[in-house]
Amino acid sequence: MPEPKTILELRDVHARAGDAEILKGIDLTLRGGEVHAIMGPNGSGKSTLANVLAGRPTVEVTKGQVLFEGNDLTALAPEERARAGIFLAFQYPVEIPGVANMYFLKAALNALRSARGEDELDAIDFLSLAREKMNLVEMDEKLMSRSVNEGFSGGEKKRNEILQMAILEPRLAILDETDSGLDIDALRIVASGVNALRGPDRAMLVITHYQRLLDYIVPDYVHVLSEGRIVHSGGKELALELEKKGYGWLEVEPEPAAAQ
Amino acid sequence: MSREDASIAARDHYLARHAAFVPTLGTESGVLASLRAEALAVIREHGLPNRRQEEWRYTNPAPIAAVPFELPASPGAVSREQVEALSFPVFACSLYVFVDGRFDAGLSAPAALSGEVRVESLAAMRAADPESAVDLVGSTVDPKSHPFAALNAAFLDDAAILRVPRGFDAPQPVHVVNVATARSAPTVIHPRLVIEAEPGARVHVIQDHVSLGTGPGFTNAVTEIRVRENAEVSLTLIQREDDARFHVSNLAVVQERDSRFGSHTLTFGGALVRNDATVRLLGEGADCTLDGLFVGSGRQVLDNHTLVDHAVPRCTSRELYKGILGGASRGVFRGRVIVRPDAQKTNALQSNANVLVGDKAEVDTKPQLEIWADDVKCSHGSSIGQLDAEALFYLRARGLAEEDARDLLTRAFALAILEGLPVPGLAEGLDGLLLDRLRRAHHEVSA
Repeated sequence: MPEPKTILELRDVHARAGDAEILKGIDLTLRGGEVHAIMGPNGSGKSTLANVLAGRPTVEVTKGQVLFEGNDLTALAPEERARAGIFLAFQYPVEIPGVANMYFLKAALNALRSARGEDELDAIDFLSLAREKMNLVEMDEKLMSRSVNEGFSGGEKKRNEILQMAILEPRLAILDETDSGLDIDALRIVASGVNALRGPDRAMLVITHYQRLLDYIVPDYVHVLSEGRIVHSGGKELALELEKKGYGWLEVEPEPAAAQ
Repeated sequence: MSREDASIAARDHYLARHAAFVPTLGTESGVLASLRAEALAVIREHGLPNRRQEEWRYTNPAPIAAVPFELPASPGAVSREQVEALSFPVFACSLYVFVDGRFDAGLSAPAALSGEVRVESLAAMRAADPESAVDLVGSTVDPKSHPFAALNAAFLDDAAILRVPRGFDAPQPVHVVNVATARSAPTVIHPRLVIEAEPGARVHVIQDHVSLGTGPGFTNAVTEIRVRENAEVSLTLIQREDDARFHVSNLAVVQERDSRFGSHTLTFGGALVRNDATVRLLGEGADCTLDGLFVGSGRQVLDNHTLVDHAVPRCTSRELYKGILGGASRGVFRGRVIVRPDAQKTNALQSNANVLVGDKAEVDTKPQLEIWADDVKCSHGSSIGQLDAEALFYLRARGLAEEDARDLLTRAFALAILEGLPVPGLAEGLDGLLLDRLRRAHHEVSA
């Protein structure tokens, strides 16, 4: 069997947000079909890592390379990354009053399609695609005509993120604490949506604070992030070990909350 | 020339033009002649406004006084094709076109369904009967507190007169288009729209200020509205003239018992625009809603002043004005609400929200509540902000280009006003204009 294609490769990535250096040398490789979990205490740099990949303007890569399918991302705008096939499921999905969810999703998909040289979908074709994907996350169709995330419950917001992912079909999906704030039912729905999207051409980076999510989205690899470095990597059993023993045995000190 | 000299020169210029204007009027009703004379006396005594006056603190009117505007000798040439190109494609309504302040019957098209509701030309009415409509014209505006309205009254000639008969529910909106044409020498026009809704009547009016050709000019508009008992008037005022023009508009509304009035003031064009809206709630149970949207770019100055006067008990007023200011444009909102001692059970709400999208853009917002009654509900709020950076990143992270993401967010901000337009299809019809204006607002101005 040929080795799966490398989707993402980080080489000695350093990054800062504002004046603080948050990532201090990350090396990480994701291949097609793989799900990697990033765990670690608050303030360890998990969200910064997600933002480095998505291109948030307030985060700056100061050293190293971020290669997506062999091309360096660091100079690309967020929209260019999205069009290249990168998707970040936000930890805190943003409410956008006045912009209908359906309109937003269609605009996003058509931006990606036209970047790929494909025809834009019309309203009817888009609606049937959206309906099919909504089933995947058990989303109420009423939410489609409401403003983006406005007045959505926590679970509805996260399901909306996974719905977007299902429609946009990225090759690299980053889930930034998608589980935080979800009850067990919502978690199960979100996780099954994510699992349905696993496939040989897609890599996923699942960032989480809690081992619980990994009962539902079973990773191929688990990495522990601490103070901006990956201090330990292992298989899925590492998550269970962390759950039992905490981070202490890795000699990881949680940073004070103020560092976040 | 000092400020005083400039102001005196402007006053003397208009007094001289007035002396030449009066003989062109022929035989006149005593009422209209005295209205003009009274207005002229105000100009003679006070001249044009200047920045030292409280009402003009935030917007300097000196640029208007600095240009010796002429009255157009005759209306400019406007073709049917030009009017059609300007009108909105999506709704049917009665169309009345005024060119440089003069009614043009050939370009107008009253709708078949409008029945008894017709806009008439004051000039034509006066030709038939010098006394017609004199009870309406000039009855709601106080020339002393609005010098530009006085200037309009001094040069009163033609006007659009709309009387909606008792109990009549006008089935189609009335679209009054004021076309200003650009001339080699800058001209001033004084359009006037007078509406009376008799008891129980209802009408929607779209007042549309457009211009043909580019270059400086001055539109000095007055709109008078009388809403009788239990009647309803909604007014959509669209200002989309050329960016080199000055535009001053005075809207004066008087409401009787249980009447309803709503306005949407949409300001897009003009170098310097000043909209004054004064609503006097004189009958119990009257309800008014004033909404506004202004989108500035380049070096535009867009100023909205509102005054709602609660004179009697149990009236309601709601105001929401939104500003989007780009480039080096300036916006002003000043909202006065007066609740007089007798006006118990007043409910007054005012809000002004602004988004600055240009590095050099500014806005001054000043709510002013003067409450003399004790059993009232009044609130006001204002905000000035920038586009939500988090929302911008979210949209971009989904593949939308930065420019499209900005358009989407500013449009969503404007939508709160446009969605409330009472005429179906009008918001969609205005979308192209809005988008064009938003794109300009996102453009930076070179120093």
